[in-house]
Amino acid sequence: MVAVLVVEAWPAIRFNGWAFFTSSDWTIGSLYSPPVTTGGVTHLLGVHYGALDLVVGTLECSAIALAIGFPIAYGAAVLVVERLHRRLAAVLGLCLEVLAGIPSVVFGLWGVLVLGPVLSSDVYPVLAKLPDIPPLSVFRGPVGNGEGLLTAGIVLAVMIVPIMAATTRDLLRQVPIGPKEGAEALGMTRHEAFRTVQSRWVRSGVVGAAVLGLGRALGETIAVALVSGSQIHSPSNIYDTMTTIAATIVNQLDSALTDPTHFAVRSLAEAALALLAITLIVNVAARLLVRRSSRDTALPVGAGL
Amino acid sequence: MTAPVARAGRLPGGREIQDWTSQRTSLARRLRDQVSWSLAGLALLLLVGPLLWVLAGVVEQAARVWRWSMLTSTTASGGLLNAIVGTLVLLVGVLVVAGVVGVASGVYIAEFAPPRRRTVLRAASEVLAGVPSIVIGYVAYVALVVGLRWGYSLVAAVLALTVLVIPYVAKSTELAISQVPTAYREGAEALGFSRAQVMRRVVFRSAIPGISTGLIVALAISVGETAPLLYTMAFTNGYPSSALTHSQLGYLTYVAYIFWDEPTTTDQNLAHAAALVLVVLVVALILVGRLVVRLTQRHSETEAR
Repeated sequence: MVAVLVVEAWPAIRFNGWAFFTSSDWTIGSLYSPPVTTGGVTHLLGVHYGALDLVVGTLECSAIALAIGFPIAYGAAVLVVERLHRRLAAVLGLCLEVLAGIPSVVFGLWGVLVLGPVLSSDVYPVLAKLPDIPPLSVFRGPVGNGEGLLTAGIVLAVMIVPIMAATTRDLLRQVPIGPKEGAEALGMTRHEAFRTVQSRWVRSGVVGAAVLGLGRALGETIAVALVSGSQIHSPSNIYDTMTTIAATIVNQLDSALTDPTHFAVRSLAEAALALLAITLIVNVAARLLVRRSSRDTALPVGAGL
Repeated sequence: MTAPVARAGRLPGGREIQDWTSQRTSLARRLRDQVSWSLAGLALLLLVGPLLWVLAGVVEQAARVWRWSMLTSTTASGGLLNAIVGTLVLLVGVLVVAGVVGVASGVYIAEFAPPRRRTVLRAASEVLAGVPSIVIGYVAYVALVVGLRWGYSLVAAVLALTVLVIPYVAKSTELAISQVPTAYREGAEALGFSRAQVMRRVVFRSAIPGISTGLIVALAISVGETAPLLYTMAFTNGYPSSALTHSQLGYLTYVAYIFWDEPTTTDQNLAHAAALVLVVLVVALILVGRLVVRLTQRHSETEAR
């Protein structure tokens, strides 16, 4: 797979050079003038491919998703393992499975038709009125129509919660009972016992779970293509339209096919290669972390959905 | 009279030892306990809430436009039949190809691979599971649709989906086989079965429930994928032909992804209906999977999760 991508992208890699990652101008070139050849690479006149906005957009969007989704997944998993009755926990397990199974195109439609309008008319105006103090000032600015960075982040958060919650839940279930009982016997409240025993026991695994979720968010395509507004530019505020690598590939391949020199398709291959590299690094890191914290246990962690 | 208790001290590393036994649970500690569990409860609500919201949104949007005749006419005349048939054809293809390859690699990893190769194969499969579906779709487009000149075709789409779901099938096969009770094997060998017979008549048979859950997960994923299909199978309003290559096919996720933004309300309605059918299919698959697990738990040595 890597080989196919590299072969396909090679002329683009040569022509675009490092500017692919440092510039943010994405132009397919003039379809009406004859193709030109530079250094052995045939391309259209006036092409310029800079993927900086795509890479940054991908990272921003996934970071927002993680920031929103992780606390939800962690809190829910803790509650399910520590406090809920077994039967109720099983019901929630089913909920997680359904949530993980809902197609991303359905999340995308929900985001663009239901969630986006609600957020832009009821929630974002309130957020935009927050005081202009540094951490909160990111929320200021025109709120747009609900298609944009923050909405995409929220939809992604909903989508990556199941994998993070399920992985965290499985890790917590492996904590042996002895230390927990010991902690409570010392008179700790359940919260204190959790902080001293369970949370430390699963710490690196939980980081792995979060990174696993991040990997999902980075590669998600269809939902982002629907709710992000799909504009290749750097968003002017947190509500503004944006796009990611994956969404751009799916949006642009159609028009890239009209490029008779094939160069647009090659540039997309380079983008796909960049995305592959990012997600692989993230996923390998996640698996290593999850594995390290559960090396001696028989249960599969993060397996399946 | 109070018993002498250990007073707080310091560990060699300089960290303080809290003396939990010497104090009653103070109001502040009880309060902190309550607050933290309430936050976890809030997290759980934020997990279940969006799930219900998404499901309600899909059902509501679809209920407004649903007509039963949608199930009997093609997308050209305001129905979904060709998309449903296309999706089912695709599922059969995935079931056959991914089933054979995935189960075979799972069996190999569990039974025949030497330990080192087993580790490598497992890692490779985990890495593959982390590759974004759009990248797989792109590679399939470049390599199969263009490279092998298959054109948009069923085979290209099935192969793309197969690559996507193989890790899940292989993993669940491997787990199912490793959970077959050792006594079964020993019993069979004591009766003079050859290794192949043990495999086929005992191990494989009692691993079938686990394997089928893996296949069901694979089907659920395939039902909901859009990104790897857009440029491998394209779309058509007609029914699937018997041709394996150069055969465009309709499928549900395409209808949901593209039609919601079409100018005519007939098409927009179809998108909502398609979203509902997708969710119903996925939920049905998940429930069937649960049922299989429930009906067949007696075979596994460890309790199913």
